[in-house]
Amino acid sequence: MSTVGASAPSVIAVTNKKTKVRYRRMENQSPDKAAVLEAHGISKQVSSPEGSLTILSDVSFRICAGESVAVVGPSGAGKSTLLALLAGLDLPTMGHVTLKGANLGELDEDGRARLRADNVGFVFQSFHLVPSLNALENVMLPLELAGAANAREVSHTIIDKVGLSERWRHYPAQLSGGEKQRVAIARAFATEPAVLFADEPTGNLDARTGANIMDLMFELNRTSSTTLILVTHNALLAERCNRILSLDAGLLVSDRAVAA
Amino acid sequence: MNAIAFALRSFGRELRSGEVMVLLAAIALAVGVLTAVGFLTDRIGKAVARQANEVLAADLRLRSQVPIPDTWRTTAEEYGLQTAETQTFPSVVFAGDLSALATIKAVSDNYPLRGAVRISDTLFGEQRVVEGVPRRGEVWADGALLARIDADVGDEIMVGGSDMLVSAVLTYRPDQSIGFASLAPSLLVNIADIPATGLIGEGSRVGYALLVAGDDAAISGFNEAIQDQLPDSVRASNREESSERAYNAADRAQRFLSLTAVISLLLSAVAVAMSARRFAHRRMDTVALMKSLGATQGFVITVAVLQLMMIGVLGVIAGSSIGFAAEEVLSWILSDIIAADLPDSGPMPVILASGSALVLLVGFALPALLQLRNTPPLRVLRHDMMPPAPSRLLVTGLSLAAVAALLYRSVGDARMLVILLGGIIVIAAALYLVGRGLVALMGRFRSGVGVAWRYGLANVARRGRSSAVQVVAFGLGLTVLLLLTIVRTDLLEGWRKTIDEDAPNHFMINIQPHELDSVAAIFDTAGVATPEFVPLVRARMSTINGESVKTRSYPDPGGSWLANREANLSWTATLSASNEIVAGEWWPADYAGPPLASIEEEAASDTGLAIGDRIVFVIAGRELEVTIASMRSINWDSFKPNFFIVLSPGALDDMPMTYISSMRLEEEQQSMLINLVRTHPSISVIDIDAILQQIRGIIEKASLAVQAVFVFTLAAGVAVLFAAVQSTIDERRFESALLRALGARKRTVFAGVMAEFAVLGIAAGLLASAGASILAAIVAVQLFELPYEFNPLLWLAGLVAGVLLVCVSGFVAARGAINASPIEVLRTA
Ligand SMILES: Nc1ncnc2c1ncn2[C@@H]1O[C@H](COP(=O)(O)OP(=O)(O)O)[C@@H](O)[C@H]1O
Ligand SMILES: [Mg+2]
Repeated sequence: MSTVGASAPSVIAVTNKKTKVRYRRMENQSPDKAAVLEAHGISKQVSSPEGSLTILSDVSFRICAGESVAVVGPSGAGKSTLLALLAGLDLPTMGHVTLKGANLGELDEDGRARLRADNVGFVFQSFHLVPSLNALENVMLPLELAGAANAREVSHTIIDKVGLSERWRHYPAQLSGGEKQRVAIARAFATEPAVLFADEPTGNLDARTGANIMDLMFELNRTSSTTLILVTHNALLAERCNRILSLDAGLLVSDRAVAA
Repeated sequence: MNAIAFALRSFGRELRSGEVMVLLAAIALAVGVLTAVGFLTDRIGKAVARQANEVLAADLRLRSQVPIPDTWRTTAEEYGLQTAETQTFPSVVFAGDLSALATIKAVSDNYPLRGAVRISDTLFGEQRVVEGVPRRGEVWADGALLARIDADVGDEIMVGGSDMLVSAVLTYRPDQSIGFASLAPSLLVNIADIPATGLIGEGSRVGYALLVAGDDAAISGFNEAIQDQLPDSVRASNREESSERAYNAADRAQRFLSLTAVISLLLSAVAVAMSARRFAHRRMDTVALMKSLGATQGFVITVAVLQLMMIGVLGVIAGSSIGFAAEEVLSWILSDIIAADLPDSGPMPVILASGSALVLLVGFALPALLQLRNTPPLRVLRHDMMPPAPSRLLVTGLSLAAVAALLYRSVGDARMLVILLGGIIVIAAALYLVGRGLVALMGRFRSGVGVAWRYGLANVARRGRSSAVQVVAFGLGLTVLLLLTIVRTDLLEGWRKTIDEDAPNHFMINIQPHELDSVAAIFDTAGVATPEFVPLVRARMSTINGESVKTRSYPDPGGSWLANREANLSWTATLSASNEIVAGEWWPADYAGPPLASIEEEAASDTGLAIGDRIVFVIAGRELEVTIASMRSINWDSFKPNFFIVLSPGALDDMPMTYISSMRLEEEQQSMLINLVRTHPSISVIDIDAILQQIRGIIEKASLAVQAVFVFTLAAGVAVLFAAVQSTIDERRFESALLRALGARKRTVFAGVMAEFAVLGIAAGLLASAGASILAAIVAVQLFELPYEFNPLLWLAGLVAGVLLVCVSGFVAARGAINASPIEVLRTA
């Protein structure tokens, strides 16, 4: 198993010959650090015309506050599916996810939405800005959904931070891809979420812009206490996180820490 | 966050999206047509209501064809009732050498007992309520009358043998007849002036009336007391009775108008449903995003509904402006038919129209929006995730309920509603099938045309369902517009043409036997051939074959009316050229036997009379029995004096008779009329040309008004087309881009899209031309009694109008897609 590098300070137990990785407490994490996100044996099956299809099977891990975790794997491995389950956008067919101590499976859709409003941020591959709102209003959106009082000021500050202070009045259609993603990042960090999910945030950008965007993201992540879950198939990007989860064909094939 | 704030914030931009514009337009149209029609029906309703309350200008009116005996008035006064007297008759008035037919309304001091007369001091001046009646020697004239004789307040006009001063413009009198007021505009005269005018002579047709008003008990007491004194010919009418007929007529007009509005409304509903679907679809991504960011279902649905409501409010504002404008246009068109001085309708039509807009939105847009609530948040990651489609039951249920609610307002009774709803479903299904048929028919030409047409035809066929709806929408609107154009031009013209060039254009009535010579002399002096004088005797049918006409049963209600009303009889030895015997035999010219009668064939069949039947007439208190010897058909368009019943020579000897006559007077000969009327004030001269022109004008205006309402139908059709194009615009963009990427020139792409609309336009034009031809044939034969002539121009007009209309609106709707750049292929897909 090449993905489990020799530099890994912890031991990943390989529990069966199908190289299924089981959850073990990571030794580089102090036990007193609270877990923000836990996957307890989650699986996802969908029914398709050709019968039932398993997209994710029996995945477990635990992520602590402040960690930055890369989820890697080839296209179709189930990364986005995993992300959706972790964020409560969808429910697993087996197992359960706890986010900030709450079992997502026990909440209804609105309950999960409220939990997200308070604790979760997103950055998507295709930006997903609301076309009818301008840059500033897009950033304000999650703040307002979470009921923050000073949404406008906070948003202005963070828009400055992502370098768009001149463009806040502009609508998504008037912004380039990189600029849109900056707005999306500002929006994601605006609420200072406990967990930020990013699904291939540079996938629709050219290499240079992508690199700038990632610099911005890691920069913001460093200065906040946010836990970052970054889905990417870019190995270099993954190495910039503290930890890498590798998926292949719905299986968690490795979980390793990255040397500082 | 506050859903209202969010809904408001994003609304500005949403407004720019095509489907929101279409949604807005569809609602504005619905509100516009409802407001316009609402204003109109309100106007008709108010006119009728006012008429109903005031139509008698009294609580009770006794009408007679002979002067009212004094005893009736004294009886009324015994009951403590107020009384007034009126005399009403037609007469020609003159100013300079201009003349016009007027309704002379001679009134006594207390007139009117109910309601009030309004006058103004100048033409088109501010009107005011006036107490009392014109002073002796003065008249108040309807503005239309003054216009016709080019007179003004302060001028003298000639009424019979008297010159009278026009001292005010009469703008309203309570007992003016509803509609057609312009046919013979009123002249209010002091009753004391009438004898001096010499207008009323022996045998003159004058309506005498005694008006009575007071408290209910006294009225009914008087009514009972007077009944015994009233001869059969006197009609007593109270308010309820007199208003009933007016109400019925108005009710029909209102329902017809409301139903016209319903067609536009249904089309708008289709547009609303189509664009709401797209509205929802376009918002799915945003909704999924909002949900991923923590928005609840409640929030999502509140925002969507709020925005829909905002669209609704804007639509209502735009629509009521359109409605107000349309109302102005309509009441201008109809100003001669419906009194223009009615009080404003107030906000009611707008409120009702807004309510309907709400119903429309709830019924046709809400299901699509409710579906948004269940958009899976997972859609942010997987674009193909869709909310479950709204249940068919909900969609059909809600829209049917909405249609029923909207219809209920215009029909107002449950049974009618069910019939109508059923009718609409059947007709809509039939039209839809016709639309599909036309679309399929067009498709058959596919192999024989070039690439652009093939592409267009393929598109029409592929979107068969929405193509058919569009064909029907445009087809319906065009049908009615074409039909009414035919009525206004072809049919009216055709009818006019059936009138002989030399047909008489003037009638003289009320010529006394002793005046025949002097009238002939006036014609001689003027160098005009003296017309034939036809004798006329007024009679009442009393029995038919020994049975009273009152108790007899008639094959047709018209027959009862004919038998019971006062009849005009004439006699002649020779059959008039405009008559033809269809049964029995005409009497010989020197016939001198017992009285025979010849009856007009339709009158005979309505009254159930046959040859050999015996009729007893009462003429000035004397009985006369006649036997039916023949039946005639009459060409009424000859404009010669004609009678339902003509008697044999000698039958009417010694009866009190007057003469009537008809003649053709050329423009330059008409000045002789002044002399005639001055010397023979009791003779009434009627200008047929003027009356025909006015009837024509009224028909033209009424159909113009209905056409105006159907412009809304066409506009709704355009909205449907826009909605349909909008819902396929992404697909179209991609296709154009693909075609361009494959090497098609922009022109070819353009031609392909336009071919598609042209095909729709041709189909709609065919439907409209066929529909209008069939309806026109029915109208021609049934209403105008003209043989229908096939008019190829109509088909040309239908096709051209259909193609132009659909192509132009299609181009505007789809221009964005036509201009798609080939790069888009790479971006999408
Ligand atoms: N709802 C679904 N229905 C059918 N197949 C699905 C569904 N969701 C995901 N899949 C399939 O599961 C696999 C994993 O998808 P995804 O999580 O998007 O992969 P990744 O993000 O790693 O590229 C893919 O083959 C995808 O087609
Ligand atoms: Mg993915």
